[in-house]
Parts: sequence; structure tokens; C-alpha cells
Amino acid sequence: MGLVSRGAAEAGRGAASAVDRPGPPDAVPNPTPTPPAEGADPGSSRSPGMVLKAFFPTCCASADSGLLVGRWVPEQSSAVVLAVVHFPFIPIQVKELLAQVQQASQVGVTVLGTWCHRRQEPEESLGHFLEGLGAIFSHRPWFQLCRERGSKSWSCKATHWQGPASPAASGEDQVMLIFYDQRKVLLSQLHPPTALPDRQAGDTTASAGGLAAVFDTVARSEALFQSDRFDEGPVRLSHWQSEGMEASILVELAKWAAGPVCLFLACLLSLISAASACRVFKLWPLSFIWSKLSTCEQLRHRLEQLTLIFSTRKAESPAQLMRKANMLVSVLLDVALGLMLLSWLHRKDLIGQLADALIPVADRVAEELQHLLQWLMGAPAGLKMNRALDQVLGRFFLYHIHLWISYIHLMSPFIERILWHVGLSACLGLTVALSILSDIIALLTFHIYCFYVYGARLYCLKIHGLSSLWRLFRGKKWNVLRQRVDSCSYDLDQLRLLVVAVQGLIHLLVDLINSLPLYSLGLRLCRPYRLAAGVKFRVLEHETGRPLRLLMQINPLPYSRVVHTYRLPTCGCHPKHSWGSLCRKLFFGELIYPWRQRGNKQD
Amino acid sequence: MEDEQSFSDICGGRLALQRRFYSPSCLEFCLSCPRITLRSLTAVTCTVWLAAYGLFTLCENTMILSAAIFITLLGLLGYLHFVKIDHETLLIIDSLGIQMTSSYASGKESTTFIEMGQVNDVVINEAIYMQKVIYYLCILLKDPVEPHGISQVVPLFQSAKPRLDCLIEVYRSCQDILAHQKATSTSPEGGDKIISASNRRSHSGMGAYWHRQEDKR
Repeated sequence: MGLVSRGAAEAGRGAASAVDRPGPPDAVPNPTPTPPAEGADPGSSRSPGMVLKAFFPTCCASADSGLLVGRWVPEQSSAVVLAVVHFPFIPIQVKELLAQVQQASQVGVTVLGTWCHRRQEPEESLGHFLEGLGAIFSHRPWFQLCRERGSKSWSCKATHWQGPASPAASGEDQVMLIFYDQRKVLLSQLHPPTALPDRQAGDTTASAGGLAAVFDTVARSEALFQSDRFDEGPVRLSHWQSEGMEASILVELAKWAAGPVCLFLACLLSLISAASACRVFKLWPLSFIWSKLSTCEQLRHRLEQLTLIFSTRKAESPAQLMRKANMLVSVLLDVALGLMLLSWLHRKDLIGQLADALIPVADRVAEELQHLLQWLMGAPAGLKMNRALDQVLGRFFLYHIHLWISYIHLMSPFIERILWHVGLSACLGLTVALSILSDIIALLTFHIYCFYVYGARLYCLKIHGLSSLWRLFRGKKWNVLRQRVDSCSYDLDQLRLLVVAVQGLIHLLVDLINSLPLYSLGLRLCRPYRLAAGVKFRVLEHETGRPLRLLMQINPLPYSRVVHTYRLPTCGCHPKHSWGSLCRKLFFGELIYPWRQRGNKQD
Repeated sequence: MEDEQSFSDICGGRLALQRRFYSPSCLEFCLSCPRITLRSLTAVTCTVWLAAYGLFTLCENTMILSAAIFITLLGLLGYLHFVKIDHETLLIIDSLGIQMTSSYASGKESTTFIEMGQVNDVVINEAIYMQKVIYYLCILLKDPVEPHGISQVVPLFQSAKPRLDCLIEVYRSCQDILAHQKATSTSPEGGDKIISASNRRSHSGMGAYWHRQEDKR
């Protein structure tokens, strides 16, 4: 394998010549290799003005003279320079090193040309020496980059050997230099633009050339960057890590400790999930209650996430790694916020104050509701026309309130202990505390929820009635309602509206905390080059006669696409709820179910 | 080399087109939009403050006045950072791609780069916009499934909205570069374009063979 054997094979097929030369084929590139035509006219196969691209790392711009090592991508006519090999070197050792790297990384790394960094233009003898190197390492085209020390003028040419017989006729092509930051391109992950929905995955290979090939080459050539200048190897390289390998003690310690810790936690979590699966939860009343309480759903969701994070299998793809990292950061933030809440509650002894204030507040609310109902059951001017329905509904609601007050007074001795234990659950995370709060509100205000249901149903009927009357007014005759339902003077009471809205908001907040990809957003904020949507180019100072120089920078992904791509899947229990639909349901009188709803029940 | 010409946009405002010629294969066009004028700024500020003062006389709450000041400041900053585009730049690099940059008045820059392999053509389209018929320059992107189809149309100079004479200048230069790029293209899909065999690169045959050998390994 390697350049020498391939070049020899080409030469052997074409002509019996000791020097490697490609020979100019006149045919268009086709899959079957055509033998290069021997003795064809060297000048006619050159198209005028062909521009080659050379991607050069910015870290090597100040390196000493040497050989350029990298990969040649013929479809893009571009050369990606990965490192510079310094003088003195032994060609055999360089070839061995490149063969090793090629085997380790499956990237076709070869010697692309020479790099010259001196005080003045190279003298003739050096020029011949550099060209002589082109004979040892046969690669076509052969790049010769040159820079004067301390100035901004670069020169580069790419030559095609036509053979030792006519060195003067060797063609030269124009070269465009594109500088790139090797470390950022190595760590960056390119996100292709969102494809139209009906594209298959196989189509992207055709258009994945160009810059994706450059990013891919640099990312896969890590084996080449493993040695720095303090190593005593036979070959001295310059690349982004040649000043010293980049590593962090904390990261290494974390990696070393992650193995046993993950194993231990995975066993613990599997025990917990086995225990929760095999108890008497399958019996009907309990399973119904557990499925309705949002606390249980949240705990189950967190358990699944923790199992995924601490599983001992490594992540297969970068997307999975991102998802694990997002989940971990989200869980840590949740626990941190929960502990903060706990310390705040205990510092101000809010639990005791809350427990003391609960009973008087409940009494006051019940009293106000009773006054309201008495007033509505009475005869305020011109509000209702259906006294019988008023009396029935009013008495029904008054009985509800009476039951509720008795229930609160029954529970009053235990309130403080219950609240203290609930506060302790904030250790598991802020979302768990919010879920418990939501469940408590639901249980305490169940009677108000019943009133809301009755009122909302009647309001909905009234709206339907009005709309059918509107149709009648416009001349449509069908679906006329015979009797008016007027007792919708029980309009959405402010209290009921507030309670239901608060429950909906709490659920939406929990969903938001669950599904926001915090690690990806943090990465986009602090290390924007890691998530790349594309690249951008800037033209550097240009002098006539010198090659064109461009600087390639990474264009980071916009925040909306980060959230969209890396959003965590929630447990899917609120398929219809969003902020907009919550408001819409309140306005039109559709029912809001404050507990978790499975399936799409539409009454 | 650089030159500057003056044109007008579809509403009559003045635009300046700066053309920078870096090399035969690299060209940059910079179109500057009309600046925000003192008159319009004063008019908006006065309107907002008069409305706030009117509300204040109704409500007798001084918070309204401070709120009006905050709204004006934040609105101006938001407008400069998110809405008002100062100049738009088009950079065409032969065999690399086309890059569009929009620079906002606050200095923010938003860049999009399209690789040359995805570009089918650059054309001037006609469109009906409210009661006017306007022309706009756009890039047609190739469809990966169908070789001659168009998958997307990307319009250029959306906020400057120059007239046809300016667009023709830009269009001619783009077409020169695109024609040059297609003539020297080495991609396999370029086989159906008008390319004589003698124009083929000598190394491309061996290079393509090399690449396929690598893949088969």
C-alpha cells in the first residue's frame, strides 16, 4: 500500500519508466481505470485557469520549513493540509508514519508538497532540493508553499510533473489558500441544513462533498495529532497539539471514576424499578390513582432518564451522547433548584406558617363562595329567567362546599406533618416538588373543579346556542335550539379560573424543564464552534500576483435549531397542551383536565 | 480593485453598490441600504412621547412617562440589532461557493454560505409585490434526486431591494464566474455540459481512480 506502490502500478501500466508519472489521460473520469496514454501531448490536457484549493491550518503558518502532510480530495480539487514535517527527516520513516496513521484512521494521508518559511525568496539550490523531494514523494499535484518570515506575502504553486525530459513544460495551476482553525474544525460537528421531508438518507452522499469532506478528514485524523514536540520520535511534526497535548486532570479522573460509579448506580436503579414494577400497583383502584397523579408520572420519567444516563453502554452516535449529556445536566439542575427551595423553606419556617394559615383561608374561601351562591340564588335584577334550575344548582353547590369544609377540618391536625414530608421531597428535584404541589392543589380544590366542570359545560352549551341563533339570524335554518339555558350566570368565577390556570401552568413548567436541552444550549453559548451550521469565509489582504487567501470560520447553529434538534422526548402525556391551547380552551369552555390524560378522549 | 456606483431601490431610496475584484475567481458585491434618518427617528420618538403624555393626563401616573422612555430606548436598540440592515454583501468564490452576509446597524452579522456543488444557477425573477412588479436576484439550488431539477430558490438582497439596473450588473458578473466554474468543473455530473476532452485535468482521471480504490478497500 502507500504512494510508492500505487504510483509504480500506474507507471507500470502506462510505460516502463522508473520515475512515477501519471501521464495525461484524455478521457473523462469513468469507473474503469483507463491506462494513461503514453506520450500524449502534455500541454493539451491542461484547462486554463483551473484553481486548486489548499486548506491550511493557521497553527502551521509560523512553523519552520518542511513537508506538507495531508489529504488530497480530487473531486473538489482541494488539498487538506493536516501537519508539517520538519527537516531533518528520513523519507522511509515519514512513509512508515503515514502508513501507520492511514491504517489507524482510514484517511488517505500523504505528503502533498513542501513548505518554506525563510527570510527571503528561496535560492536556486534550495529550489532544486525542494523539487527533488517531489521526485521522492510522488504526489500529483505537488504543492510548494512559501512565505517570507515576518511578512504577509505568501506564494504557492502546484506543479504536475511531466517527466524528467521536459521539466520546463510542467504545468502550473493557480492555488487558492484557505486558512482554518484546526482545533475548532476538529471539535466541531457540522449540521447539514434541514432537508426537505421527502429526502432519503442516501441522497446526502452526493451533496456531502466539499466542506463536509474537510471536516471529516480533520476529525478522523486524530492519530496524526497524538505526538507533540516533546516526544522523542523519529519524525518532528507541527500541528495544533504540537505545543503540548491538551488534556484536563478533572476529565481524566472523571473518566476513571465513571466506570465503577455507573455500575453501582445502574444496579441500584434496576433494583428500584424492579421493586416498583412487581408490587400491588396492578390492582385496579391503586393503578387508576397512580396513573392520574402527576407526581408518579414525573418520578417514573426521572427514573427512566437516570437509568439511561447511568447505563454502562457507551453512546453510539453524537446525537445520543448529546441526549445523555442533556439529561444529566437537566437532572443536576433540577436537584440543585430543589435543594435551594428546600433550604429557603426551612430557613423561614414557611411550612409551619403555611400550615397555620391554611385552615382560616379555607374557611374564608368557603364563606365567600356561600355568599356568592346565596346572592346568585336570590333575585338580582334581570339576570336569570329559570329559577328552578338556579335553586337546584345552588343547593347542589352549597352541599359540595359543606362537605369540603368538613373534610378540611378533619385533616387539620395532620397538615403540618404532611407538608413537612412534602417539602422533603424537593430533594429529588424541583419538578417533583412542583408535581406534588399540583397534586395537592388538585385534591384540595376538587370541589372547585367540579363547579368548574358544571359551569364550563353550561357555558359551552350557551356558546353553542348563541352560535346556532347567529346562524338562524343569517338565514340558515338547521340546528335551532328550542330552549335557552340561562343559568350560565355561573360564569367562570375568578377563583375557579385562577386555580385551573395555575394547574395548567405548573404542568407546562414541568414539561418545559423536562424537555429543554440545557447542555446543548450551554454548549452553544460557551463553545459556539462545537455546533456548526456551516462555515463563513473572509478574504484576507490581497496583492496582485500573489495567491488569493481566505480565512474559513465556523458559523454556529442558531438557538432555535439547537432546541429543535436536541429536544428531549417527554413522556408524551400532554399531547395537546401548549400555552396557546391552554388559553384557547379557557376561552371557549373546553374542559381542561388537570391530571395526566392518556389517549385522546374528546367528550 | 474596487469601484462604487450609485443606484436606487424600488421605493426610490439611494443605494451604493461597491464591487471588489480580488481575482478572476473571486468577486464581492456590497450593497448599502439607506440609513436611518434623523427625521424618522424624531417623528417616532415624538409620537410615542406625546401618546404617553396623553395617557399621563388621563391617569395621573408618572410610571407611564418612565415606561415610555424605556420603551423608546429598548425599541430603538431592538430595531437596530434585529431589524435594520446596514449593508448586504455577496461574495462569490469560484469552485468554493456563494456567501451572503447581512450586517445589521448594531454591527451584528448574519452569514449564509452555499457550496458551489449545490448551486444550479443565478437568475433574475419577476414578482408581483402589492401593486408593483419587481425584479429580484435569486440562487437556484440543485435537487439531489433529479439532476436538472430545482429544489429551492434563495432570494438575494432582500432588504436592499435594488432595481433592475443594479441587478443586471451583479447578474453579469455572477454569470461570468459561474460559466468559468462550469467550464472547469471536474464533477462527474458535469459530464453532460459542453466540455471537450482536451480540457480535462490530467490528474483528475488518476485521482478519481485513486479515490474509488480507496473506497473499495
